[in-house]
Amino acid sequence: MAAKKAMNLVFAGVGGQGILLASDILCDVALREGYDTKKSEVHGMAQRGGSVVSQVRFAEKVYSPLIPLGTADAIVAFEKLEALRYLDYLKPGGLVILNDHKIVPQTVQMGIAEYPKDVLSLCSGRAGLVISEKLTDLAVRLGNIRVLNIITLGVLSHFLPFSESSWLEAIRVRVPPKYVDLNLGAFEEGRKIGARYTAQFQDLVTAENE
Amino acid sequence: MAKQVLSGNEAIARGAYEGGVRFASAYPGTPSTEILENIARYREIEAQWAPNEKVALETAVGASLGGGRALVAMKHVGLNVAADPLFSLSYMGVNGGLVVVTADDPGMHSSQNEQDNRWFARAAKIPMLEPADSQEAKDFTILALELSEKFDTPVLLRTTTRISHSKSVVELGKRQEVPLRPYNKAFQKNVLLPSTARLRHPVVEERMQRLEEAANSLSINRIEWGDRSLGIIAAGVAYQYAREAFPQASFLKLGMTHPLPKKLIREFADGVEELLVVEELDPILEEQIRAMGIDVRGKDAIPIIGELNPDLVAESLNGKRPVPALKDVDLPARPPVLCPGCSHRGVFWALKKLRLIVHGDIGCYTLAAIPPLESMDTCLNMGASIGMAEGMVKVAPEKFQNKVVGIIGDSTFIHSGITPLIDMVYNKGYATVIILDNRTTAMTGHQEHPGTGIRLSGEPSTRIDIEQLCRSIGVEHVRKVDPYDLDSMIRVIREEVKRPEPSVIIADAPCVIHDRIVMDEPYIVLDELCVECDLCYKIGCPALFPGDDGKPDIDPLLCIGCSHCAQVCNLDAIQLPKEKVTVE
Repeated sequence: MAAKKAMNLVFAGVGGQGILLASDILCDVALREGYDTKKSEVHGMAQRGGSVVSQVRFAEKVYSPLIPLGTADAIVAFEKLEALRYLDYLKPGGLVILNDHKIVPQTVQMGIAEYPKDVLSLCSGRAGLVISEKLTDLAVRLGNIRVLNIITLGVLSHFLPFSESSWLEAIRVRVPPKYVDLNLGAFEEGRKIGARYTAQFQDLVTAENE
Repeated sequence: MAKQVLSGNEAIARGAYEGGVRFASAYPGTPSTEILENIARYREIEAQWAPNEKVALETAVGASLGGGRALVAMKHVGLNVAADPLFSLSYMGVNGGLVVVTADDPGMHSSQNEQDNRWFARAAKIPMLEPADSQEAKDFTILALELSEKFDTPVLLRTTTRISHSKSVVELGKRQEVPLRPYNKAFQKNVLLPSTARLRHPVVEERMQRLEEAANSLSINRIEWGDRSLGIIAAGVAYQYAREAFPQASFLKLGMTHPLPKKLIREFADGVEELLVVEELDPILEEQIRAMGIDVRGKDAIPIIGELNPDLVAESLNGKRPVPALKDVDLPARPPVLCPGCSHRGVFWALKKLRLIVHGDIGCYTLAAIPPLESMDTCLNMGASIGMAEGMVKVAPEKFQNKVVGIIGDSTFIHSGITPLIDMVYNKGYATVIILDNRTTAMTGHQEHPGTGIRLSGEPSTRIDIEQLCRSIGVEHVRKVDPYDLDSMIRVIREEVKRPEPSVIIADAPCVIHDRIVMDEPYIVLDELCVECDLCYKIGCPALFPGDDGKPDIDPLLCIGCSHCAQVCNLDAIQLPKEKVTVE
């Protein structure tokens, strides 16, 4: 069997967006597929609208729960400014998944800081591919803003070495029973979006290996 | 056996279950809170929230003397509260195994200081174990219970935020049913008087010597030989960072960090060319190893302040710093804020308007200290607000009377606010105490407490009536106010601070996110009435933000219709929509 691919991922966003559940599901999927996995995050302030980050690693054997800078394969940002906050973690040429959605921090509300205007191009300075989509709007259209995290996992799933069935099983176990169908549907919607970018990403991976 | 991805806290709970624990208690505190929440899922364990950490430990001591295995959990500063029983318990020892979990917070993600609780193990002469991942968190909990019984001592299990809140793979086991040990009355051991304690102290010293000897052969202290030009001694999450940064090096990984396995340390030191200790916070291992006459590096390279990470550890020796992704970009900070519609906002708005000196306390409401509310002068520790308010007026009544309030949440009041209120009454102090009664321990994630009348298990219980409690200790003036009514909030505080005697105002409204409260439809800003005075921003509600036209907008997904902003607006430019809007 081929060596297991070691990957590092950063999930970033704002408290209340479901980031911790998303990273929990990813860890479950990695475990199902026979990987060692660790994730790290900080609780407590998460529900109070602060910046939230969760780091996920999987490999044959993982030591540090924190990712070394410049080694993340992807950053998944549930709020677009938050991608920039953790951009130092991204390896050059890595993937950024950007929810094109703005949650104005209090510092901007008070006029003591400015919301960056060109998040996408700033990300492009380091990323090989930036997927920017209005995922919050899609979640609202699907009938529940809380499925944003599962949509986002759907987009991400194309770029990770896991089978779709492992994803679906992990989601089934983790979400409340009465929301299973809603979430599985959200995952499929996310996968449709991700599918549009897999060709570009393949080019990227090939170019990197050459 | 099945494998699961568990947090360190979930794994400790699992360890308690598998290790036959019968009783567990805690007061919530980040990063320790989830330990008891998860233990509560095992019906074999009587698990409960205590009013504070001292009580939690005392009940666990009772359970241990009664012959059952017991566990208590607290954050690092919680152990300060429980220190009184802890130090003497070292002399008393245990009957059933007793584990005290201390969850430290290097980096102060959710804490008011960065104390290193490894000092407690040395000061109280109690063994300490430090897991480095969730599997170890579970295994060490079980081992700690066994060591506790074998060496007749409480055992400290120390985690840090990155152990408690990181998740990793854990192999689950079965619960071992540990029979109750017989209870025997033992005067010399269990009644600590000068005469008996003098006999117990030598027992403690002898115990620590036996533990040190045993530590040399414990499998959780192990040497991993690699390249012998660099040897690293580390424990806890620092070990993981060091493995990541220096995969080729030799390691002495310590699972027990007090007492230290001196023979093993000498063997390791003799086998490597350069010796480095990688530890977070204080140089506790380093200084002890140097005191053994061993040449060792440590805090000259590794920071003493804050959390470590793989990059900091690598940089300490090779000096390499990763290239930043962004140059000359200032990102707006996103500090945590009071939730949209939070009842606390109304109270702090009133305090801001009245320009009072506000002694604050520990909870969500401490967020009112930062802009734009900025209506808190101090925050020291759990329960401190009331005594500090009293003391300030006492030292210079002519300067401070009618100007000082203490403000404290319901859970914090029960934790350690009652005794200072008694002090204020008894010593004829005068200051106004505002109790923010949102009927939950909100900051740590909505735990029950005696004021909610619901136990950790969900079972209804006697509810401590805070109003009656205040009256019963002699506070004559106790008033309840609706914090959503800004005018009465301001009026009542103004009246109460004028009194030259103790008074209590209870701001009475449930936590909106705990109860998922929607008070009304989302408010809207009428652009034709708004003159962009920006007054509404001063209440610091995250649902309000500057729109593209420069005037404020209200996010309908965040607004719960609390009306605080509408009450603040002098021009009635913030109103409920005339037509019904459907809200999800």
